[in-house]
Amino acid sequence: MVKKIMAQCYIWLILLLMYLPILVLIAFSFTTATNVGEWTGFSFDLYTALFKDEEIMRALGNTVLIALISATISTLLGTTGAIGAYYHKRRVRRTIEMVTQIQMVNAEIVIALSLTVMFVFLGTYIFKANIFSFWTLLIGHVTLSLPFVYTSVKPKLEQMDPSLYEAAIDLGATPRRALTRVVVPEIMPGILSGFLLAITLSLDDFIVTAFTRGSGLLSGEQTIETLSTLVQAKIKKGPIPTEMRALTTIIFLIVVVVVILVTIYQHQRDKKTRKPGLSRGAS
Amino acid sequence: MKSKSEKEARKNRKAREKKASALHFSRRNLCIPYWVFLILFVIIPVLIVIFYAFTDENGYFSFAALVNFFTTWSKINVLIVSLFIALQTTIICLLIGYPLAYFLANKKFNKNTVLITLFIAPMWINFVLRTGATRDLLTWMGINGGNYPYLATMIGMVYNYLPFVILPLYTTMLNLDHSQIEAASDLGANPFQVFTRNIIPQTMPGIGSAFLMTFMPSMSSYVISDTLSEGKITLFGNYIYLDFTNNAWNDGSFMALIMLVLVGLSMLLTRNRNTDKEERGGNNLW
Repeated sequence: MVKKIMAQCYIWLILLLMYLPILVLIAFSFTTATNVGEWTGFSFDLYTALFKDEEIMRALGNTVLIALISATISTLLGTTGAIGAYYHKRRVRRTIEMVTQIQMVNAEIVIALSLTVMFVFLGTYIFKANIFSFWTLLIGHVTLSLPFVYTSVKPKLEQMDPSLYEAAIDLGATPRRALTRVVVPEIMPGILSGFLLAITLSLDDFIVTAFTRGSGLLSGEQTIETLSTLVQAKIKKGPIPTEMRALTTIIFLIVVVVVILVTIYQHQRDKKTRKPGLSRGAS
Repeated sequence: MKSKSEKEARKNRKAREKKASALHFSRRNLCIPYWVFLILFVIIPVLIVIFYAFTDENGYFSFAALVNFFTTWSKINVLIVSLFIALQTTIICLLIGYPLAYFLANKKFNKNTVLITLFIAPMWINFVLRTGATRDLLTWMGINGGNYPYLATMIGMVYNYLPFVILPLYTTMLNLDHSQIEAASDLGANPFQVFTRNIIPQTMPGIGSAFLMTFMPSMSSYVISDTLSEGKITLFGNYIYLDFTNNAWNDGSFMALIMLVLVGLSMLLTRNRNTDKEERGGNNLW
């Protein structure tokens, strides 16, 4: 019993420490002082200022848009890649998996620099122009998240009953129909978690964005700013801009809502599949 | 007559097989876009990095970047400092995260599965924003980059990479074989021996992937050290970033190549362990 209390204390202490910087930021989002730690009276001014701040709003829009587009592309590519590789010869599959795995472990800065160097190479020798734009940024984000989609779809394919596909073919489905109607629904959880992972990676990314971004689509003459690059540029010069504290609160609330929804979903799924879950645990 | 019908049968079978293989082929073809993407944006860029690492500004073959790296003391120093900080981050994260994951995964201590989600949830708040928040909090507490650049950087690193350690450890701990642990203590092992001889070997794959998820990223991180030490601590990532802002592609490429070699080495290190584990897993089945 004492052991259990100590363990719980330890868990909650680390949890508190991990949330401390965010909680402090949230607490000071209700006051307008420049620095965290100064309290100049309660107000919601920062929230109204946040929605009026065009720079932040534009960066936020870019971030979400890039995350959605890049996650969609890498989910499509990654899922088809995993399905294709699963039915391929062992040698081909192994090669694909090796490159995928290296890319997953690879340092973000190496991914970013190698892409940038290639774009510079193409720009100087082939296009004779600066090719950094929204498209290079998109390629960067897809490259970053693609291997993660592949690896979250792959185990679902391996768990799938292979005779399902054969049965669909025997019952007269064309291979394409069998894939879209039988295989894809079977591996849907893997595809979804891959998509979410891709979105998370893209939202969080700084290095690849900073290296591969350019001007053009989404930003006109200027270079594209995402939330990461904007915040980085600001905190290099001083404390976190006051409006960003309000933004943190809003993001945090969204995360909390998502966590609650996920928990409810898991709870209900566990209730539904309690029996198979138990038997799996026993084996 | 007989041979003729046999021949025909063989012909038919061949045709059927061909049809079947064509059917398989259409499924296999699905991986072509993925593979093309990997070749275009993973393999070719790495080849170009290698090309840039061993040429000079005019595109002629040269060892200038290599010589420059190994004769400039400051660059070697950056490599050593990065390795040291990364190792320290990994060890501290493991020391904090290992018992944490054990408690979280063990039903005796914790039945609440939401907690693990709570530990991962901070990752959904923008990473740069979180780093800034840590810096502002530390500044408020008096630990700023000006006074304690090293301490501030270490706190930021541990704070950021802890979830990456907890998650893989938690997943392996869920599959801990508790009967084995009980057997060990029944057979007279004291708690310390149970821990070092049974629990640690059982969770080795988790430790391996925790290492991979922490060591390389912390060594090459840019934002954390740049923000928290106010530019006083330069890691490998900061140096590559500097080369990028100066358009020094040859030097930058060579540094990236060194990172790539380190990534390959650490993968080899953990891969051996994984194959060991598969074999052991196979034995366990019997």
